[in-house]
Amino acid sequence: MKRNFEDDKEKMVVVEGSYAVADAVKVCRPNVISAYPITPQTHIVEDLSQFIADGEIPNCEYLNVESEFSAISALVGSSAAGARSYSATTSQGLELMHEVLFNVAGMRLPVVMTVVNRAVSAPINIWNDQQDSISQRDTGWIQLHAEDTQEAADMTAQAFKIAEDPDVMLPVLACMDGFILSHVYEPVILLDEDLVAEYLPPFEPKFKLDPKNPKTFGAFADPHSYTEFRYLQQQAMNKALKTIEDAADEFYDLFGRHYGGLIDTYQTEDADIILMAMGSIVGTIKDVVDKLRAQGVKVGLLKVRSFRPFPAEAIKNAIKGAKVVVALDKNISLGLNEGALFTETKGSLYNTNVNIPIIGFMIGHGGRDIPMSTMEAIVDEAKKVIDSGITVESQFTDLKEELL
Amino acid sequence: MKEIRIHGRGGQGSVTAAELLAVAAFADGKFSQAFPAFGVERRGAPVQAFTRINDDPIRLRAQVYEPDYVIVQDPTLLEVVSVESGAKDDGVILINSDFEPEHFDLNTNAKIMTVNATKIALDIIGRPIVNTVLLGAFAGASGLIDPESIKDAVKERFPGKVGEKNAEAIQKAYDMMTEA
Repeated sequence: MKRNFEDDKEKMVVVEGSYAVADAVKVCRPNVISAYPITPQTHIVEDLSQFIADGEIPNCEYLNVESEFSAISALVGSSAAGARSYSATTSQGLELMHEVLFNVAGMRLPVVMTVVNRAVSAPINIWNDQQDSISQRDTGWIQLHAEDTQEAADMTAQAFKIAEDPDVMLPVLACMDGFILSHVYEPVILLDEDLVAEYLPPFEPKFKLDPKNPKTFGAFADPHSYTEFRYLQQQAMNKALKTIEDAADEFYDLFGRHYGGLIDTYQTEDADIILMAMGSIVGTIKDVVDKLRAQGVKVGLLKVRSFRPFPAEAIKNAIKGAKVVVALDKNISLGLNEGALFTETKGSLYNTNVNIPIIGFMIGHGGRDIPMSTMEAIVDEAKKVIDSGITVESQFTDLKEELL
Repeated sequence: MKEIRIHGRGGQGSVTAAELLAVAAFADGKFSQAFPAFGVERRGAPVQAFTRINDDPIRLRAQVYEPDYVIVQDPTLLEVVSVESGAKDDGVILINSDFEPEHFDLNTNAKIMTVNATKIALDIIGRPIVNTVLLGAFAGASGLIDPESIKDAVKERFPGKVGEKNAEAIQKAYDMMTEA
């Protein structure tokens, strides 16, 4: 992270995380917002609704729809017609969108959607983990994760910039942890409208639906050409690796805040133990790193900001000097007993010259709180791996045996 | 870093109190963070909310387990919730009650303080809503925060006469704690 908090302090206000994101959406000047409220996303679409009612977002349609399936379907049409299009959702709402998410990505529509990450049913649970967005891994959406409310706000503008880049033209899921970030009050700088206008040029797609010049999006590709469409989507993801970095750098030049591009690191240079994570847990880990460093433990943090495209090269370079890597996952692939960050990091290193033991922990599922002591216990497990190798490759954290 | 845990029942404004405290602390030049212990909020059910106040930016996202200060809006909560849990030995537990602190037999080394916030609220605001009153008492008991910052935060959130009445009640509670 690069920013000057003392200089920033004068410009900060204490608002709810959801408000900071809604305000960021507002200054990105969307043309269409579709909304179907669901906890803990509700405050974002409520705040946007208020902005619309107060006339604060000119030239924008706010669509109240009857389900999340409709919310995303409406944006297929609006984005194809050349409108900057936004929605927000979570959990079951995102899962209901699943089918259409493939369509949005396949038609190369640069929709931006905030995911306020929440666990999935059943059993019903409204609290935070990241199973909902991780389960959309293969839909062809770029997926970014924010560590605090300022980053969630800043990421909104970056998401439009990345999505609408002519070399990319892919939709973006901008993820923030439900409640932990959406309902926290903390000081943030609300995005300056003029600076955002400078940062984010108007959306002018090369192709759009126009009655005067009829064309079709996503209609039909037979075996003769379907493979090439998929290949080009992958090429766009490859290009997005650089675009995501550039969007973060350009944001830093204008706004003076940098939360990492594809990844960010904290105290990793000489670290024996590197903890990898996504989202709000990153903040807690930084405090744990400082505490353990003061005790002489050489531990560092690798924040993965972009889950898709997966930054394999950046991760490899960040961890190559470590003695053990720990991946922390607020998700699980049932039947594999691994979280996605763990599986993918392990897989991406297999055919490289980096051969470091990696262990995985499923953590913070369904809103289970993650105290510093839990993180410290995980670091203790990592130390054992350095001394005597891996005994358990991937496991649940803080299991309550009495409930089993 | 100072950590504050607020206990109340759904509908008593514990979350609002935590938020207002964060706004006031930031106005005082500190960094702050406020969040609820995200329950399925129902009127009457026990609720917790947290505020952190620090000289440096706050990164920690865990709940508060070892509070420097505990604020209890409703003394009947003591029968169902261990409000003293984890309270630091040099901490303060501030309870809304007309009893003296000695009345409460809690398993803690923290200092117990009481204020009859319900009476203040009824006398001045005319309703038994005690969250803002307790913030005034907290400012007095802790010395951590300028009561004017709390009044400003409350008046901004509740403009007009409601805010003015609350500000008056906040000052009254502050005075009672500092004169005690």
